[in-house]
Amino acid sequence: MSAPDFQNPLKRARGLGSSQSGVGHWWTQRVTAAALVVLGVWFVATVLCLLHADYATAKAAIAKPWNAVLLIAFSIAVFWHAALGLQVVIEDYVHTRWKEVVSLVLIKFLAVLGALASVLAVLRVALGA
Amino acid sequence: MAEFTLPKNSKVQQGKHYPAKDAKKPRTFRIYRWTPDDGQNPRIDSYEVDMAACGPMVLDALLKIKNEIDPTLTLRRSCREGICGSCAMNIDGTNTLACTRAIEECGSGDVKIYPLPHMPVVKDLVPDLTHFYAQFASIKPWLRTQSPAPADKERLQSPEDRKKLDGLYECILCACCSTSCPSYWWNGDKYLGPAILLQAYRWIVDSRDEDTGARLDDLEDPFKLYRCHTIMNCARTCPKGLNPAKAIAEIKKLIVERRAA
Repeated sequence: MSAPDFQNPLKRARGLGSSQSGVGHWWTQRVTAAALVVLGVWFVATVLCLLHADYATAKAAIAKPWNAVLLIAFSIAVFWHAALGLQVVIEDYVHTRWKEVVSLVLIKFLAVLGALASVLAVLRVALGA
Repeated sequence: MAEFTLPKNSKVQQGKHYPAKDAKKPRTFRIYRWTPDDGQNPRIDSYEVDMAACGPMVLDALLKIKNEIDPTLTLRRSCREGICGSCAMNIDGTNTLACTRAIEECGSGDVKIYPLPHMPVVKDLVPDLTHFYAQFASIKPWLRTQSPAPADKERLQSPEDRKKLDGLYECILCACCSTSCPSYWWNGDKYLGPAILLQAYRWIVDSRDEDTGARLDDLEDPFKLYRCHTIMNCARTCPKGLNPAKAIAEIKKLIVERRAA
């Protein structure tokens, strides 16, 4: 027999109350999604154009200022959007608090590292380092 | 983690079979049975009912079974015309009201009847809706105003403003939508679910209510509101033909509207 529960159901339903956040996440996810529609089309088109190109041609294409800027924008949007999306999946399904917190922080770290690495890679090509 | 398999003591077993004697048009109903009193696992009992001597709705068959075959079968029912929401259950794979669901609409095979999904079961087809009702209470579902009530008349509302409540006021809180929502299954402790959010929007959009901002404040939360991922099970299953997903989308739009983009 479990201990008697004297808590009112309303106490449980109200819980810790509203965190007064969430709209930022929701809106950012949509804005990055909209950006990725445009950037994604551009990215696929660019990659298709470089399909049979040799290394030097590909490098020169990425080094073009517009391509470099858009590629950096694409990388940031991808990692940002992915981090936001994965966060939702973790929140949905992982219900052990410490596992939830560890995975959420890990996702943020990995997304930032991935984005930084991508930006650095493009910059090295673009700036000829 | 979310649980994708049933715990050992919830695994459903084959139960008893009640054949019909001298039935002209027999139809089999396979019904989930569980009682807290005997320590047994849930089971599926099958009942043959003579359709020639039974009303057209699933509730008619359930009551015929209870009255004539097995009085231990337990279910909620009251109005038998789709306005009280008591007989909400999972029929033929869909959450709906037993009183408004015709037996003929349930395909050609056996009619399978379970309680509303992913809720604690009190007995047989009766789910425990305590938390669901407490969540409804938590949104303070009544007219909240700062201005004193007019001394000599009601708070008036134009026909146009009244129209905004259409598609919302019809909700009978049967819980079909909330219990069809995977987000409510996995996070129902915090996520308010489609029914309660539709009810919340009913007060947000009411032209006479003066607490809109506070209502939005209370909802703006990753779990209370934003667990809705717009998969639309709610709209698909609603026995009253309402669209809770749209109401939730409207709440999200209003919360965006009051901030800088």
